[in-house]
Amino acid sequence: MTARVGIVTFPGSLDDRDAARAVHLAGAEPVGLWHDDAALAGVDAVFLPGGFSYGDALRCGAIARFSQVMDAIAQAAERGMPVLGVCNGFQVLCESHLLPGALVRNAHLRYRNRPARLRVETDRTAWTRRFQAGAEVVFPAKHGEGRYVADEATLDELERSGRVVFRYLDNPNGSMRDIAGVANEAGNVVGLMPHPEHAVEALTGPSTDGLGVVASVLAHLSGAGEPQGANR
Amino acid sequence: MARVVVDVMLKPEILDPQGEAVLGALPRLNVTEVASVRIGKRVEIEFDENARNVEEQSRVIADQLLANPVIEDFTIYIEPSPIEAP
Repeated sequence: MTARVGIVTFPGSLDDRDAARAVHLAGAEPVGLWHDDAALAGVDAVFLPGGFSYGDALRCGAIARFSQVMDAIAQAAERGMPVLGVCNGFQVLCESHLLPGALVRNAHLRYRNRPARLRVETDRTAWTRRFQAGAEVVFPAKHGEGRYVADEATLDELERSGRVVFRYLDNPNGSMRDIAGVANEAGNVVGLMPHPEHAVEALTGPSTDGLGVVASVLAHLSGAGEPQGANR
Repeated sequence: MARVVVDVMLKPEILDPQGEAVLGALPRLNVTEVASVRIGKRVEIEFDENARNVEEQSRVIADQLLANPVIEDFTIYIEPSPIEAP
């Protein structure tokens, strides 16, 4: 049976349809979820897409955190359901305290809109297990508030426990330690600023590396044992 | 009617690029003796006439929504209610 990946639309979400297309192209079934859904329609994983939920009022992701669907997602994540947050979705996950740290204004104050080269730092997450740790990927980045910050102790802990998932090779926003994406302790919740869902077709993307993110969660859901690169 | 003002500021260790941009513009005003500018938010809240536990509720609002404790600090000022006219 095909895995069902829920894609949440908040008021102001923009990339929900691209996310659905990416999920479809990678061989899973996209399922639309709405911000005030109280249940997750039996999905196997959740994708929080980019955009400007609630107009970025107060802080990016600060209002979306209190939407009804986020309660259901937090509970599901606690039980191990894979959850991916991209761009505004990453901001929502940080505001919800499902991921550590925060995303603040780019250090240079400019909106940054260009492909970002990233290193996949770990294959030990639900969303990266089909990559080799150390692999380079290219996903488009497009954000004004993408500078990842956390206190030094948190950053040290993330590094030590292998929870830095993606790192910029050309830091576009001043993120601390070049961090582009992080995971929770269990590795089922991952957030990153650049957009894998915009890198799934040669016609429109800088690469097709984004397919690997969905392929990873499919492998994870089918219980395909250890991450691919684990038996080095 | 209780009036509450909440100031939200980035923590001192968090870079404030907006404040730095303002600082960088000051020489154009011939102001050259400023060491630092930090920009925050001021939020004014008016509670209902008969609201109770205003301080406690203000703290909930500030801590859970207005400020993100990972990057921001907040200060709550509760304005003394004006003396009712006899």
